[in-house]
Amino acid sequence: MRIVVLVKPVPDTASGGERLRPADWRLDRPAVQAVVNANDEYALEAALKLTEAHGGDVVLLSMAGPGAPDTMRKALAMGAASGTLISDDRLEGSDTLSTARVLANALRAQEFDLVLAGADTSDGGAGVVPAGIATLLGLPYLSYAAKIEPDPVAGRVRVHRISPTGYEVLEAPMPALVVATQALGEPRYPSLKGIMAARSKTLATLALDDVASGAVVDGQSVGGAVATSEVVGAVPPPPRAATRVVRAPAGEGAAAAREIVDFLAERRII
Amino acid sequence: MMASYRLTDDQLAMRDAVRVLADDRIAPRAAEIDRTAEFPWDVKDLLASHDILSLPYPEAYGGLGADLLTVCLAIEQISRVCATSGLILAVQELASLPLLLAGTDEQRDRWFPDLAAGRKLIAFALTEAEAGSDVAAARTRARREGDDWLIDGGKRFISQGSVADLLAVFAVTAEADDTPRHERLTCFMVEKDTPGFSVERVEHKMGIRGSPTAELAFRAMRVPDANRVGAVGEGFSLAMRTLDRSRPGIAAQAVGIAQGALDVAAAYARERRQFGKPIAEFQMIQAMLADMDAQTEAARQLLYKAATEIDQGAPDASRWSAMCKLVAGDTAMRVTTDAVQVLGGYGYIDEFPVERMMRDAKITQLYEGTQQIQRLVIARALTARR
Repeated sequence: MRIVVLVKPVPDTASGGERLRPADWRLDRPAVQAVVNANDEYALEAALKLTEAHGGDVVLLSMAGPGAPDTMRKALAMGAASGTLISDDRLEGSDTLSTARVLANALRAQEFDLVLAGADTSDGGAGVVPAGIATLLGLPYLSYAAKIEPDPVAGRVRVHRISPTGYEVLEAPMPALVVATQALGEPRYPSLKGIMAARSKTLATLALDDVASGAVVDGQSVGGAVATSEVVGAVPPPPRAATRVVRAPAGEGAAAAREIVDFLAERRII
Repeated sequence: MMASYRLTDDQLAMRDAVRVLADDRIAPRAAEIDRTAEFPWDVKDLLASHDILSLPYPEAYGGLGADLLTVCLAIEQISRVCATSGLILAVQELASLPLLLAGTDEQRDRWFPDLAAGRKLIAFALTEAEAGSDVAAARTRARREGDDWLIDGGKRFISQGSVADLLAVFAVTAEADDTPRHERLTCFMVEKDTPGFSVERVEHKMGIRGSPTAELAFRAMRVPDANRVGAVGEGFSLAMRTLDRSRPGIAAQAVGIAQGALDVAAAYARERRQFGKPIAEFQMIQAMLADMDAQTEAARQLLYKAATEIDQGAPDASRWSAMCKLVAGDTAMRVTTDAVQVLGGYGYIDEFPVERMMRDAKITQLYEGTQQIQRLVIARALTARR
């Protein structure tokens, strides 16, 4: 099996230093260390488990800025075989439609059985790029997967899709696009050998022209200039109130628990 | 020669990977490891499965062939959250050094694959009850008998001596009384299931409580000559060359402990409110935190510099390794003591990790040569050049 996993470098939310540029309300990406989007790591973990069970390779695909190779190496260290990065100044400010167009075009040039994507990203958070890609490529779109069961011989894939009442069982022919959830299992930590091996794996960097096929994707159809949405303002979240820590000696937790329950009940949280 | 260093991309990537693993998987275990004083086999398995134990071994044996500086970066990151766990890698490296420095190809083929994979642990059995700082005073004796050696005696204060599968044992092989003191010892690899080998007891310790410190006895223990590492009589020299390379590992443990305590103290000072404001806003607390940070960084820079010098074959490796252990050990003790001070009463109880870190720090001033021995080594290097 060949599985393409969509990965995106995002600012490390643990750093607490993310900020928007006041000029255009876009993320100041160089200001904060980038990491692989957490939900994408779940997708990658699921893909690695599938190829471990069924054979084959996992490859990465990303559209991102100039600092992305370092972040993608981390995803390669987890076990992906190679990666493709589309990076071009003309893509700056792309909206979700531009992003879906570019990634869809890059996928047209690849052979694959499955595309796996994370449910959304911790920076933009729109969560519509995978659906956009599936639409553009005419792929079956299997979202919120808690379980992925491909049958490479039959060329079909079965997915448990999380629903408000439990899960639905969906089946579709491959190739298909599956949106992963955290129910698929915790991502692995890269081993040191994985990190060393990642240094010599192929990470192809493509410009916009390399993925432009016909008139579908070019400088006029993607990028900030043709974005269909514009951020006109941003307000930081209100500062958090002081943290209150309730401590109790061992064996005297009941009183502390009651204090916490009262605190939450007063605010109608429970 | 003045070697300079700059951490490579590989070193940074490995350091960061070990840090994340330590924070996520080892830190939550640290208090329990200390409380139960049980060797953390789960942490050993974790270090093995992420190739961290394979760092010091050549690639031909499944190792990563990492240099000393990289090994130190890993020990530092693990020790930042759990000194006992950091010691697992430090001891594995320490006890493998005789084989790395003087082992034959056959010996390496025999043991390195299992050691690199973390399937087997190895310990370094040099110290005896009456031979601590005075290594050459060892009484454990090895007598030649055909193709074998018969070893009688015992060792004390052997880190991980009760959990190791393999031990580097140093024994007196000199027959004549007039043999120079430094030519009396020979190094042997001893497998734990060798008849005559026994663990007499495991010490009850102040710190690094999850790392078993064992007293070992050897009674007519038969070891084939094929297990001899280096030449007969080369043991003392081999032990000293081993310590030249292993002391930075203890310095790395010390720097890690200091950093861990500083991190806890700084976070606590930001949160703890007294007199209506966070105690971090009081200059007396700020001064303590600033000194802790500056001292920890100074110890770290000396460690990285020393590891680089040793990696590049500095002729005064003894001096560099002694200096970094001396400075880092004292720094760890001072910084952890101050961390307890910053936390006040909360620092003295086991609700916070700094009291454990303070207890753990003390060992870095004692093992692999006391701080007094480090000064002796440095002073000898200094005066010998004059």
